[in-house]
Amino acid sequence: MKLIKQLMACATVAFASVSFAATAPAANEAPDALVKRISSEVLDTAKNDKDIQAGNQKRVMDLVETKILPYVDFQRMTSLAAGRFWREASPEQQKQLSTEFRTLLIYTYSGALSQVKNETIEFKPLRADPSDTEVEVRSQVNMTRGEPVPLNYRVEKTPSGWKIYDINVLGAWLVETYKSTFASEISKGGIDGLIKTLSEKNKKLASRPIKAASAK
Amino acid sequence: MNISTPSVSWRKLALATVTAAALAGCAGPNPRDPYEGYNRAVFNFNDKVDEVALKPAATVYKSVLPGFVQTGVNNFFGNLADVWTAANNFMQGKGEKGMSDVMRVALNSTFGLLGVLDVASEAGLQKHKEDFGQTLGYWGVSSGPYLVLPLLGPSTVRDTMALPLDIKADPWQYTDPVRVRNVGTVVRVIDQRAGLLDASTLLEDAALDRYEFTRDGFLQQRESKIFDGEDNPRAKKKKSAYEDDDDVKPATADTPKGKEQPQAIMSEPAAEKNASL
Repeated sequence: MKLIKQLMACATVAFASVSFAATAPAANEAPDALVKRISSEVLDTAKNDKDIQAGNQKRVMDLVETKILPYVDFQRMTSLAAGRFWREASPEQQKQLSTEFRTLLIYTYSGALSQVKNETIEFKPLRADPSDTEVEVRSQVNMTRGEPVPLNYRVEKTPSGWKIYDINVLGAWLVETYKSTFASEISKGGIDGLIKTLSEKNKKLASRPIKAASAK
Repeated sequence: MNISTPSVSWRKLALATVTAAALAGCAGPNPRDPYEGYNRAVFNFNDKVDEVALKPAATVYKSVLPGFVQTGVNNFFGNLADVWTAANNFMQGKGEKGMSDVMRVALNSTFGLLGVLDVASEAGLQKHKEDFGQTLGYWGVSSGPYLVLPLLGPSTVRDTMALPLDIKADPWQYTDPVRVRNVGTVVRVIDQRAGLLDASTLLEDAALDRYEFTRDGFLQQRESKIFDGEDNPRAKKKKSAYEDDDDVKPATADTPKGKEQPQAIMSEPAAEKNASL
């Protein structure tokens, strides 16, 4: 019995250290390297996958789900967008709110991704101290026509590696842009009202025709 | 510098108009958007115009004309706009950018066949976009309240005041004969709308309230353009990145009121550091 117990303990320790070793490189990855890696993986897939180019919504969502979501801190993002109302929400409401907001952002991002054709991304040098725990990664999307589109990320260090918690497109931060909408929805119908509005929006997006995103 | 004079009168103007709006009973809850009632009405009007005329025209334009023709049209008007961009860059003291814009116009107008080809971008001279509203902003004039203009869309009081000069400075205004000018103007507007078709689909997906989403996005975008993507160096005090918010993480969610003060002070250097990244 004792032997088995010891064996089990050893195995657990060994397993733990192996899995630690496996996640360690990701945790040490520099924030800009992380964002660069994710975006090049996602863009390459989006450009080369025929289903995605044809507007297959499900494929795009799968791509977003597997490649991007593990690196986004939705709870933080939602709490910032809700601002002072976040504390007034019960843990249950907080959970529902993050889930609905997350779904909405997945739909939006998927829509954007299926429009990618020949664009390339260029990263700017990271202006940060190695000891910083919150940094801004800056990049720009070079379009086939017109000015380049600035695309920046706010990234924070968490125990499980760097996580994105805000995105800036064309100079506007996502959290800031949703903030007053959230506030006015909450003032109309409380936090539950906001959750309801978000979930209705998501239902509408889910039920639209599959090819909608590629219809120009 | 005589910056203080205009900004004072702006404030007066803003104050006067805010009062007027409040009297009219359409003061919105957002301090940057006191004319929300009026703005929403114009927004809806613009939306209708877009729905019945502009969007269909742009959709046809985009699907019927070959890509190189659209690029050519876009480049041609873009080249004309570069002239005013150059002037504004000089007015803002950005000599290097201004010179680069002058070079762009010179190259594109000659080797680029009157601007139809954007050879300057190929040669590594990046396109900029500056207008007089941005120049005023750079000089320190605050934007004033948000304003939606009929047909022209989102703007601010400052940018609306700058608009007549932008229009005067547009070389296309002086094209002769008038018929060519009018046709050109229509093509230009349709071409610009065509460039935004994908973006407007996205907007529809993302926004809970399109009016608010457009407004909050536009105001941030404008501010960021004035300082070319950097933080406003003239900002009176560094706010934490998310104002009126203590950046609550779940663990500290039930901090008592009294403890918020030191937290806010703590976040100040962090914001400073962020800004200087």
